[in-house]
Amino acid sequence: MDELLSEFLTETSENVSELDVELVQLEQNPNDQALLGNIFRLVHTIKGTCGFLGLPRLEAVAHASENVLGKIRDGSLEVSADAITLILESFDRIKWLLSSLEENEVEPEGDDQDLIDRLNLVAEGGTLDGGAAPADVAEPEPEPAEEPVALRPGEVSMEELERAFMEAPGPDDMPSDEPEVEAAEEAQAEEAIEPAPAPPEPKKEVAVSAPKDVAKQPDQDKQVRESAVANQTIRVNVDLLENLMTMVSELVLTRNQLMQISRNEKDSEFTVPLQRLSQVTSELQEGVMKTRMQPIGNAWSKLPRLVRDLSIDLSKKIDLQMLGADTELDRQVLELIKDPLTHMVRNSADHGIEDGPARLAAGKSETGTVTLNAYHEGGHIIIEIKDDGKGLDPEKIKAKAVANGLVAESEADNLSEQQIQQFIFRAGFSTAAAVTSVSGRGVGMDVVRTNIEKIGGTIELKSVYGKGSTFIIKIPLTLAIVSALIVEAGGERFAIPQLSVVELVRASNNSEHKIEEVHGTPVLRLRNRLLPLVSLKRLLRLDDGDEETPQEAFIVVLQIGTYSVGIMVDRVFDTEEIVVKPVAPILRNITLFSGNTILGDGSVIMILDPNGVAAASGELKMVDEEGQDTARHLTHRSDVSSLLLFRAGGQSPKAVPLALVARLEEIDLATVEYSEGRPLVQYRGQLMPLVAMDDDIKLETEGRQPVLVFTDNERSMGLIVDQIVDIVEDRINIEVRPDAPWLMGSAVIAGKATEVIDAGFYLTQAYGDWFGSADADSQEPTEPRRVLLVDDSAFFRNLIKPLLSVAGYDVTTVDHAEAALELCEGGAEFDAIISDIEMPGIDGFELTRRLREIARWEDTPIIALSSHTGPRDLDRGREVGFTDYIAKLDRDALLETLAQTIDA
Amino acid sequence: MSDLPATQSTGQSVVTLGELKQFVSIMIGKQLFGIPVLQVHDVLGSQRITRIPLSPKEVAGSLNLRGRIVTAINIRSRLNMPPYEGEHEGMSVVVEDQGELYSLMVDSVGEVLSLDEAMFEQHPATLDGNIREVSTGIYRLDKSLLVVFDVRSLLRFQGEEAA
Repeated sequence: MDELLSEFLTETSENVSELDVELVQLEQNPNDQALLGNIFRLVHTIKGTCGFLGLPRLEAVAHASENVLGKIRDGSLEVSADAITLILESFDRIKWLLSSLEENEVEPEGDDQDLIDRLNLVAEGGTLDGGAAPADVAEPEPEPAEEPVALRPGEVSMEELERAFMEAPGPDDMPSDEPEVEAAEEAQAEEAIEPAPAPPEPKKEVAVSAPKDVAKQPDQDKQVRESAVANQTIRVNVDLLENLMTMVSELVLTRNQLMQISRNEKDSEFTVPLQRLSQVTSELQEGVMKTRMQPIGNAWSKLPRLVRDLSIDLSKKIDLQMLGADTELDRQVLELIKDPLTHMVRNSADHGIEDGPARLAAGKSETGTVTLNAYHEGGHIIIEIKDDGKGLDPEKIKAKAVANGLVAESEADNLSEQQIQQFIFRAGFSTAAAVTSVSGRGVGMDVVRTNIEKIGGTIELKSVYGKGSTFIIKIPLTLAIVSALIVEAGGERFAIPQLSVVELVRASNNSEHKIEEVHGTPVLRLRNRLLPLVSLKRLLRLDDGDEETPQEAFIVVLQIGTYSVGIMVDRVFDTEEIVVKPVAPILRNITLFSGNTILGDGSVIMILDPNGVAAASGELKMVDEEGQDTARHLTHRSDVSSLLLFRAGGQSPKAVPLALVARLEEIDLATVEYSEGRPLVQYRGQLMPLVAMDDDIKLETEGRQPVLVFTDNERSMGLIVDQIVDIVEDRINIEVRPDAPWLMGSAVIAGKATEVIDAGFYLTQAYGDWFGSADADSQEPTEPRRVLLVDDSAFFRNLIKPLLSVAGYDVTTVDHAEAALELCEGGAEFDAIISDIEMPGIDGFELTRRLREIARWEDTPIIALSSHTGPRDLDRGREVGFTDYIAKLDRDALLETLAQTIDA
Repeated sequence: MSDLPATQSTGQSVVTLGELKQFVSIMIGKQLFGIPVLQVHDVLGSQRITRIPLSPKEVAGSLNLRGRIVTAINIRSRLNMPPYEGEHEGMSVVVEDQGELYSLMVDSVGEVLSLDEAMFEQHPATLDGNIREVSTGIYRLDKSLLVVFDVRSLLRFQGEEAA
């Protein structure tokens, strides 16, 4: 059965069962608005999904009952036993339709006009005979009786029927979406009255007495029965599964301990039962593991579309092949690799594959191929992302690496091609300059690598210039149990995940391997390479100021991505299978540990995080000259922004927060057109205005011009720049106040004074209505005021945060109201809160209402920020407790209001 | 499940006026402290504790309590008091906070006291800030004063916020 359909059946069956219960509750508590709201929502969902799946019969029934519920919700209809009965009846009909749908995968023939008519009648305020219709609800074998017989005319007031007939529009087989009664087709209705004289018989000959060709009614044996699909699968809370997984992991560990003991005792009577236990445990572990497995195809589902769009955008022919989509892996792992995978496929299609002519010139077929391949290997899953594009140009990468100071020029010449290619995994190594056709954000591969390593995976790159590139990702199947090496340093034991351990080396003065020092830094010669060493004792400050580098030590060689480091430890014990448990919240900030666990002997042991060790041992030094402290500081601060450095009009480097930049493009100047003297370019099917940093700059008429594209919703704007220099991670610490409207200020970025431009100014130039007026006369509070900014649009967050920061506020941003509530309830302090109105989940009104209920936030200024400022919104805003209401685009008003309300 | 002493004597002769509340009594130095009995999971003797390098000074390490990992907090460091130098081994009171278990290391643990709310008072304004920060108030007992610990604030120390 179609997966979508089967999911729909499961979900709808659940919903309908829930509705049965809730409706009965509603009958008892007719005033429970929350309950009513929930019922309405569920029915609405069913209706919506049916419409989506093209199931008109189901949709019609759901729609009609939704109408009745809607009337009840609006208060125009009383909750009566009749109404509830009728709605229940419609649910029974839905159930019947569902079961038939499940059997045949199509809706049964016929329609439900009669039932819909009665529902509409009730919605319109008409009354039904309470005796006839409810029969099937009380019936142990409810039959979706929909015979118009139920409508005993004698008991329906004639005026009402009359009115219903008058209002009824012409014949209409498909119930329309109008909430009014419309389906009561006259002819049909008349017929409906006809069988009246006969005493209502809710069963059997219904089909005969029914007016038109009402659906062939379900026979007794075909009544609504429990959906088989719904019974085959149950929904289980993920937490429950996780819990089960942990328990099983513990069981495995206990089993291992027992096996260890049993090995030492020969001929024990426990041997045989223990073996049985061991086997059962393994099977149990496998079984539980399976519950968490999902095919990797789930993570790939969006890729065909992505590649298709890209191939159209870039006018390339790209063929995406996906192999092994049914390879399963842990859902937790799946979630974590989804984004990196998408990113890499985009990269391959975008940067890897050449355009048609270039491919033909290179003797390849015009259509480029990106291949995804997933398969199991040992305890790992391997994912290959392969393209037959142009491959990585080692010369360009080398030049870029030298320019970025990642490697000295003299050293670069001695690097192997493979080593050079590894540079693309370095932070700050923007692919923008490495590959000429720019359209990526220029960040990525380092993030991809970090994400993959976070889950204990590795990523490898093989690329042949001119032939194509292959990325090979190797990730563990599950994260729950890892094998770890137990070592000792400074009298304490630590666990190191085996995945990162490459080899163990014993170093001493009279052995082949000797620890040497370079200016106090220990290193080891290992197969003609120098391996940097760190002392675990010193790293963990267990060394009591002992500065001597030991002459004899065990060295655990760790490979973290492409970075190798040797860790000096005092002793090496065995390897053990361990379950990683998170550390207590107070200890979460110690980045050297990824968790802790209980060993076989019952003692607690800390698990070292290889990535943390790499960071602490100074891998980041190579990227950031400031040294490990800054590097760690930077990587673990949330307020670090990625900045795009570029040059334009003038010598000093300029920067703009990368998050604001949608894309980097190179446009062909020959395609630039002019409208009212302003340059425009056709970009993705729309006209995009181009704005120069400096008005005086005249565009050339040919050649290529780099532009930064800013996008919000449908609108794009291109800022013309001379050169894109780099992408750096830094804190924006604006030091010099601006004297030009286009400038937010100056800041030291990557060691140079850099002008941070105000993207808002240029947006105004491109679209006058993007904001109100452009010049900001910022109010400056005496001390930093803390402001919480809640907005679901990353664009506005990124725009308003710098604006407020530059005005001297200490800004915290969150992207949804739930997070804001959490912060506010969790004890965070803010002097003011700025909130968007329209947000998914809790909206701005609701957020404010809830905050106002908390004593601490009763008086805090809360400013609403919205693109809608109608009088109704204003009223509602005041009602829930907004201090002020400001149009989203009015920056001046925002700053002014903020200053006034905070000081008030 | 708890190894608490079962005795429940107040040693009080006053007439009960308010609600009775029960506290596990704790000695640190010469001062008597109390933790609401409902928050106490266990009382432990001396335990093997694994040190945690780089942790805040208040964290003594972690220990295994029937398969759960418990973070041991040294109350003396938390209160900026000198280390314990008594002759017998210290004891610990295990409390739960937000789903995590913490073992509070103290000098010794006494009996459970049922105390009359009428004997409860706010801190004197002059009380040492270290103690005022982590307690809710003081009970007047016949012979001594009992400071009531607020477990939540006891577990909130600098280490938690340090980035």
